[in-house]
Amino acid sequence: MSEHIVSPKLYFVIFLCLMVLTITTVYAAKVDLNDIIKGVPLNIVVALTIAVCKAVLVILFFMHAKYSPKRTQLIIIAGVFWLAIMLSMTLADYGSRAWDVH
Amino acid sequence: MHRTGELYGHFQTMEQQKESATLGMWIFLSTEILFFGGMFLTYTINRHTYADVFAFSSRTIDLTWGATNTIVLIGSSLTMAMAVWSAQVGKKALVSLFLILTLVLGSVFLFIKGIEYHAKYVEHHIPGLNFDMYYCTSNPEACELSSGDLQKVKKELQEAEDKSGSKVAVNAHAQLFFSLYFGMTGLHALHMIVGAGLLIWLIKESFRGRFTPAYNTPVENIGLYWHFVDIVWIFLFPLLYLIDRH
Repeated sequence: MSEHIVSPKLYFVIFLCLMVLTITTVYAAKVDLNDIIKGVPLNIVVALTIAVCKAVLVILFFMHAKYSPKRTQLIIIAGVFWLAIMLSMTLADYGSRAWDVH
Repeated sequence: MHRTGELYGHFQTMEQQKESATLGMWIFLSTEILFFGGMFLTYTINRHTYADVFAFSSRTIDLTWGATNTIVLIGSSLTMAMAVWSAQVGKKALVSLFLILTLVLGSVFLFIKGIEYHAKYVEHHIPGLNFDMYYCTSNPEACELSSGDLQKVKKELQEAEDKSGSKVAVNAHAQLFFSLYFGMTGLHALHMIVGAGLLIWLIKESFRGRFTPAYNTPVENIGLYWHFVDIVWIFLFPLLYLIDRH
């Protein structure tokens, strides 16, 4: 078997990082960050950035994406890319409506 | 052939066979990204349109239970990864142990979800089932609202009513939040239940000593499914529980 075996020590380090990020996101939510940069809803930006970091750690290490063949990594990126199309195109539609509620 | 992990006819090496199975699971997970993605999209649009109502509705769900569940689920991903490692290094007893731990943690998650859903039932926050955002202001003891919180909730509801025009409108917009809350966490919980079923099968097979360094594909691939469900929660938690807690 040429598969790369990830060590339990690395798994535990990643777990600790995920715990730190979870605690950070909870405490960041309790602080009003929205006035720090004008016009930028910083709270949600921070929350989503932390969530993306956590997801990347899980994908790379727990799901072994870092040690997977390139074709597998391509499928992962494709899935995220399709999600990005769905989100960006639909939000652009709503965002460019002059007549809608918001 | 399949049950003992031997080489299928159309593959040239065991490595290729394993990589194909794993690729298949990743392709399925790509479809799951879009499956949950649709609800995240709906959530995004509605949250933008009804920001204030979504904010105070979010504050009625218990942050402590949500954060606890996040820790529990990430812990279960750790134990699942350890189950795969145990199979890779041939420690068969540990495979069963870590799979059982994963199942236990997953069950704890679902139990806590039950507690949260029950709280929503008590507070009349279940859409379609006597939903009323004003129930808690008229029955603060039933909703365990302190007098300080009660004043805050009354003020927020009044502001929302002034903005949208009527109590009916406030209730309609709040129902949107809770429909999405139950829809998204419910779909997630359904995936957890399926995952629990898969884990039970894996545990049974691990007791038969089936998973070895040469063959541990089911553990790896069900592990991928489990980690994916964890990732969905990693996004659900901040979006549903942490909207406006300051």
